[in-house]
Amino acid sequence: MRAFRRIVLYGALALAALTFIYPFLWMASSTFKPPVEVGSLALIPADPTLDNYRTMWARAPFGRALLNSVLVATTITLAVLVFGSMTAYAMARLQFRGRPALNAITLAVLLVPGQLTLIPLYTLIVQLGWIDTYAALIVPYLFNATAILMLRQFFLQIPQSLIDAARMDGMSELRILFTIFWPLSKPVLSIVAIFTFMGSWNEVLWPLLVVREQSLMTLPQLLTVFALGGGAGTVGVSLAAAMVLVVPVVIAYMFLQRNFIESMAGAGIKG
Amino acid sequence: MRAEQRSGSLLAAPYAVFLLIFAAYPILFAVVLIFMQWDLVTAPSFAGFDNIRLLANDGRFWRAVGNTFVFLSIHVPLQIATALGLALALNRQLVLRSFWRAAFFLPVVISGAVVAILWSNLYATDVGLINKLLLKIGLSPVPWLTDPLTAMPAIAAMVTWKNVGFYVIIYLAGLQYIPKSCQEAIEIEGASSWQRFRYLTAPILLPQTILVITLSTINGFQLFIEPYVMTGGGPLRRTYSVVLYLYTNAFSYQKMGYAATIGVALALIIGIVVLIQRRVIGKAEAA
Repeated sequence: MRAFRRIVLYGALALAALTFIYPFLWMASSTFKPPVEVGSLALIPADPTLDNYRTMWARAPFGRALLNSVLVATTITLAVLVFGSMTAYAMARLQFRGRPALNAITLAVLLVPGQLTLIPLYTLIVQLGWIDTYAALIVPYLFNATAILMLRQFFLQIPQSLIDAARMDGMSELRILFTIFWPLSKPVLSIVAIFTFMGSWNEVLWPLLVVREQSLMTLPQLLTVFALGGGAGTVGVSLAAAMVLVVPVVIAYMFLQRNFIESMAGAGIKG
Repeated sequence: MRAEQRSGSLLAAPYAVFLLIFAAYPILFAVVLIFMQWDLVTAPSFAGFDNIRLLANDGRFWRAVGNTFVFLSIHVPLQIATALGLALALNRQLVLRSFWRAAFFLPVVISGAVVAILWSNLYATDVGLINKLLLKIGLSPVPWLTDPLTAMPAIAAMVTWKNVGFYVIIYLAGLQYIPKSCQEAIEIEGASSWQRFRYLTAPILLPQTILVITLSTINGFQLFIEPYVMTGGGPLRRTYSVVLYLYTNAFSYQKMGYAATIGVALALIIGIVVLIQRRVIGKAEAA
């Protein structure tokens, strides 16, 4: 009876896991299939080809989009880590006027749905003349309230004696932050880094609003425009384009599974 | 002390400036835009209550709100059931436990645009994998995304699939709080597994369930890329979402005042719906 229940449990789990993994495997294999084969359920192409990738690469600037996405997501992640730490350090460990207000406002900002500020932010970008610039994609994301609150929470737990000793040695606050706090804060820094990078990497609505020039589009945006505009032509080609976006993420995910789950689940709950 | 004051203000100042420009100003300006007409080319003009009046009588807007409720009525219960089921299955001694967890979480890390493109192909009427499977077991194919009746449920099922791993993690965290002694006591009392679930597990997981309801509701109101990519809001506008309508008004019609009005209305609707949900759950809990 127990053995039977085990078998049912594992059978059900395997079936469930298959519904989560199979679609992605089918997607990956379809990109190596000629158009006549795409409709088949088989995962091994009978007549493998690289044509889908060649067509995709030739029809739209996916290489450039990949560079744009890497540039935008990396810049935002570094900014959120560095500027966010500076802010969080001040909010956690330094006395200054306006600190309680800044804490309260940061919490309040998290409650405002993005749709409310979407259009006013868009008109602001238009007025700044930032349409079709990297600035439009990066500057509104330089600080992140969720990240600041997470870092602040972590910084609050670091013993005051470390700060006092460092100050006696004449260290500046910035040096204390980056040479004493940062090495102690690796877990929270990696959590913030992953959800910030992933959020930026997958974001599509904001780029759709502020970028029209193909050469400045990020990957998810170019992919969307490419698939919708009929530029792809066939299923295999549009899925090949999707692979450019997915492969780096899946590779990172395979190595850093635990960190990804902790980070993205944690940010979603707090944010 | 003076030095600490100074470095504190200095370190916090850039963030304060950022908040003023990218949070405070847009929130205030959203309220101003409600009373404006602006196409971004000519100067903005005062429009009084025109936008609000238009919104109140805009069948397309209310259709989008209605569509969202159709989406939520399928998505939220389905999300709770699937996440809870998978979490309960994972919450025991298992071979490959972290593999199963990672498999369920995989779609969470994948871009929504990719998932939408992938599933348009899975749902395709003639060549889609789902219909191929249906044919194999002797059922007739369903025009998932082109039938007004099935399009929104199909999208709701897909979003549930994409997000379930995230909610599984929430439930797994909640399951850690069930004390071993309670578990043993209720087993000694001879409770059936349904009774164990009904009187021990479900009540303990109530906070997690409330969180799942709130987050999946908020997420549902933000539906955009899925209809944008998969259906364009059709068929018969049955998958048109509020954010898609907002985007169309801003980007295609250049109506900034009206688009901002939709944004503010959406924020209010989200707030009201979440508050009502909490009230209802609170009452049910007290009863």
